Amino acid sequence: MKRLALTLVGVVLALGACAPAAPRNTGVYLLLDTSGTYSNELRKAETIILYTLARLEPSDSFAVARIDTGSFSEQDIVAKATFDDRPSTANTQKRAFAGEVRQFVEHSNSAQYTDISGGLLQAIEFLNEKQPGRKTIMIFSDLKEDLAKGYVRDVPLDLKGFEVVALNVTKLRTDNFDPKEYLSRVDSWKAKVEQGGGRWRMINDLERLDGLL
Amino acid sequence: MGILLAITPWPAISALFWIVLAVAVLYLARHTAHQAIHITAVALSRGLRMAAHSVGRGEAKLATRNREVLLAAGREAKERIVEREFVRVGESVRKDLANYPALHRALSESIARIEENHQNAVDVPPEAPGWVRAVEAVAEIDARKGGTEVLEDIHKSLVKAHKEAMEAYRTASAERHGLLRKMMPEWRTVLDTLGHVSKSVESILTRAVVVDRHMQEYEDIVRGQDRAVSTLSSSSVVQFFVSALVLTVAIGGAAINFSLIARPMAEMVGGTSYIGTFRTANVAALVIIMVEISMGLFLMESLRITRLFPVIGALPDKIRVRMIWITFAILTLLASVEAGLAYMREVLLQDELATGALLRGENGGGLQNEYLWITTVAQMGMGFILPFALTFVAIPLETFIHSLRTVLGLAGIALLRFIALVLRVLSSVVRHLGRLAERIYDLPLFVPLWLEARMKHRSDHWRADLEAESEVRT
Repeated sequence: MKRLALTLVGVVLALGACAPAAPRNTGVYLLLDTSGTYSNELRKAETIILYTLARLEPSDSFAVARIDTGSFSEQDIVAKATFDDRPSTANTQKRAFAGEVRQFVEHSNSAQYTDISGGLLQAIEFLNEKQPGRKTIMIFSDLKEDLAKGYVRDVPLDLKGFEVVALNVTKLRTDNFDPKEYLSRVDSWKAKVEQGGGRWRMINDLERLDGLL
Repeated sequence: MGILLAITPWPAISALFWIVLAVAVLYLARHTAHQAIHITAVALSRGLRMAAHSVGRGEAKLATRNREVLLAAGREAKERIVEREFVRVGESVRKDLANYPALHRALSESIARIEENHQNAVDVPPEAPGWVRAVEAVAEIDARKGGTEVLEDIHKSLVKAHKEAMEAYRTASAERHGLLRKMMPEWRTVLDTLGHVSKSVESILTRAVVVDRHMQEYEDIVRGQDRAVSTLSSSSVVQFFVSALVLTVAIGGAAINFSLIARPMAEMVGGTSYIGTFRTANVAALVIIMVEISMGLFLMESLRITRLFPVIGALPDKIRVRMIWITFAILTLLASVEAGLAYMREVLLQDELATGALLRGENGGGLQNEYLWITTVAQMGMGFILPFALTFVAIPLETFIHSLRTVLGLAGIALLRFIALVLRVLSSVVRHLGRLAERIYDLPLFVPLWLEARMKHRSDHWRADLEAESEVRT
């Protein structure tokens, strides 16, 4: 009887050890606003990308995509990688990733329209496919959405388990005349994210990125 | 409360009434209440005393058991020591006294040669001069009859003979001195040989004294004398702390070893997989260290330096020697793997530094330190040496395990003794609290008690007067 009990305990422990563990990796999707004058801010975005690359670990996923007229497309992804679980290979991938981003920053053209919602939908799709333990979408934009004619973006965002971080939300010239415009813009995005079940954060001081990831 | 004070129109009177009533009730129930308090206190006190007694018995049993364990361990240790001493004496006898016949023969030969030389060196006294009478006879011859020439001739002959005799005597003396000189090395040889024999005998005598001392201690242990138990106990405690200290140092070494191989292990088993809540790379590094320590234990067991696994010690010598070589080979392989991992760690570190510098936009990321090879070699050396150093953990581990049993026993005895003391103190406290409760009960009853005492005093007086009166009448 005692032996049977011990065997059962052993089997239970073994099964417990074999059970699939919850993923511990991180998935980050960075949306870069390339519309109008905001495209001048891309140098700052490069700093954020390099910082993020330095913080990411093997097995983490990272993608950088541009926001342009129609952002709900894989073609807008500038660089993407799921780092290998061997640290040396992951380092090589990071170096290649940094090279791709540098090339994009140097040769990018400004877009006519700003489809932030499409970019968010693409980010949700990408990260859900990767199934990381922690999902973060970073939006490097002034949050002023400007959709081209014919683009419909009144799709509800399913952001459960996502953290959305707005970075470098610059004030527009019109915001200076009426700050309520800026505040309502930020609030509307916050409400949209929280309604979708996500968590909202905003970081404007790019010198202090400690809490970014 | 208001109801109680409302039984009369005057609350003070009501309160007084209730107080008097309460005092009266308490006075009437005094005897029963005292008995109840007394019985409760005594019961509790006895219960605690019984508990203290049984804890004391437990302590005595534990002490006896600990004593047995201590004596058994001490006996075993002494047997090992005496056995080793006998082996050393045996080796000494075999090494030093095995060639005793040769020494004896050398001594005999030396002595024989000395005797022979001595015999030859004996001083032969010069023969008595036989020609003295001839000289006297010649001296009596008249000088005129030509005796002078004869005497001169004799004189010349005598001088010549004397010279020859002196020459012969000197030659003989020189030969004797030569023989005596030849004896000196023989004497030295004899002296050296005897010195060697003396040293060997002294060494054996010293060993015999040590064996005697150990045997005396062994006999004390076998007889179970208190002195032996006390010595073994204090020795065990000292061994416990010393081995704990050495084990702490070894744990530090294992931690350094772990940090050397944990990072490069991620290259082999992946850096993000987990077993439970632990990274697989860390678990793998820990397993390697544990395997090294296990191999070290087996090596020490096979060498019969430790005796944690009697099965290994009891193996036939041939298998045991094979086991020594196998464990040593595995240890060497693991040490080589660790040295490789330590090298890999340095390479990875440089790679990470270079990537970090690139991502920070620093230009100096690719700079190479020309003295970097020193740290690389040092890490590799540590990676290779630490597994062998960890092998020796087996010795303090064995001591720790053996002494732990005694120390735990002593701690248990101390704990039980303390519990027994606390129970005894509590028993006494409860008994006194019972008495105190009786006095506190009597405190509000001081008026009726005072009256009772007065009445008793008066009745005693009255009774005494009656007795005195009746005595007067009779």
